[in-house]
Amino acid sequence: MNDKQRLLALAVVLAAAVAPRLTAADTVHAAVAANFTGAANEIGSAFAAATGHEVMYSFGATGQLYAQITQGAPFDVFLAADRERPGQAEREGYAVPGSRFTYATGAIVLYSADPALVSGADTLRRADFTRLAIANPATAPYGHAAIEALKALGVYEALAGRIVQGNNIAQVYQFVATGNAELGFVAQAQVAIRDGGSRWPVPSGLYPAIAQDAVLLNSARGNEAARAFLDFLRGDAAREIKSRYGYGPGN
Amino acid sequence: MLDFTGIWSAVRLTLELATVTTIVLLVIGTPVAWWLARSKARFKEVVATVVALPLVLPPTVLGFYLLLALGPEGPGGAIASLFGGRSLAFTFEGLVIGSVIYSMPFVVQPIRNAFQAIGDGPMEIAATLRASPLDAFWSVAVPLARPGFLTGAVLGFAHTIGEFGVVLMIGGNIPGETRVLSVAIYDYVETLQWTHAHVLAGGMLAFAFIVILAVLLIEKRIGRSTP
Repeated sequence: MNDKQRLLALAVVLAAAVAPRLTAADTVHAAVAANFTGAANEIGSAFAAATGHEVMYSFGATGQLYAQITQGAPFDVFLAADRERPGQAEREGYAVPGSRFTYATGAIVLYSADPALVSGADTLRRADFTRLAIANPATAPYGHAAIEALKALGVYEALAGRIVQGNNIAQVYQFVATGNAELGFVAQAQVAIRDGGSRWPVPSGLYPAIAQDAVLLNSARGNEAARAFLDFLRGDAAREIKSRYGYGPGN
Repeated sequence: MLDFTGIWSAVRLTLELATVTTIVLLVIGTPVAWWLARSKARFKEVVATVVALPLVLPPTVLGFYLLLALGPEGPGGAIASLFGGRSLAFTFEGLVIGSVIYSMPFVVQPIRNAFQAIGDGPMEIAATLRASPLDAFWSVAVPLARPGFLTGAVLGFAHTIGEFGVVLMIGGNIPGETRVLSVAIYDYVETLQWTHAHVLAGGMLAFAFIVILAVLLIEKRIGRSTP
């Protein structure tokens, strides 16, 4: 190899190293609450098809994601499972003021892999089970909603000893699907597109509405792709996907 | 305000789990280590590999398989049904099973090494003195391998204390039952209760330092005592 060839080789290597970074300008990094996983993936595909931008998701419990954002996690947008954390992000200077909006309202479902177990509120009153799975109420709004529903039905005290906590709503579904817990409060979005098992959509009057807010994070202030993604999230194509997963419209 | 009951409950549970796990591991790990050290069987290293697997596997792999194995469709569910339960997940017993598998290599390997270091000599001498194999094992092999037992017990105990991924996947975060230290720290960090997280995390840091230092000192003493 002479010097010229060596230089050329170096240029090729450098180009290969830099190329993904250049395209990365069009990649939106989104921190997304676990309950929105299925809908988010479909919306991501539709967004890519419509705009050519890519979106990369990190799924987790809202509290966990928020803790990461306060520590400078490289996210552009934050799709929480509540309104508190995006509001807090705005107040504490992690998010762009005025960019916050409700992108979906979630619902909880009492769900069991056993087709005969869940019939309604009676299932909770009869208490013919050993383990009831919920998401960690301290970090996951769906867990908090589940606790409120149990209290509204007057069965919380009786069932408290049988509750097992998933780290987020996705883990609750794992616990129930594997039969380790006979039943659990999952997000409607998780079971809306699945058949089988038995389920009871918890009446919305029994728990505070799970309004889910999205917000543009500070590091993405000038990121056109991130703004485009938030616009897309509000649009008709996304609305159709969200309603198929059982989410109410946002604003 | 610091909620010390939550912290204390997690600490006590973790110490209980590590103690029970270490005892179980010494009981079942010793014959395994002895067999691995003395056997001439060809498939010996295959067994040694199986024992060592948790060193390499991510805890999520163990956690996933354990979640299925402990559940109503798996052997764990069958055992649980004998006691009126339906799953060993979300129980202290389930965590012990997970921890035993997870920490096994840390106990078996040092004991096996210690048995191997003894060699055939002392056992043959014991046999010429008409000691039965079992007698020779207890009165010759075990005392000579004592440093290996000590290292194995300390490492097994410490590794169980530090366990996180497996517990997160099969524990269900029940205070006093499956909410161990590492999970409690995770929760405190997530809910931004960082003062609590600092108390526990700082304690773990000091504990880990002491444990590793102790193991190094044990090994140094052995190095000096063997000619």
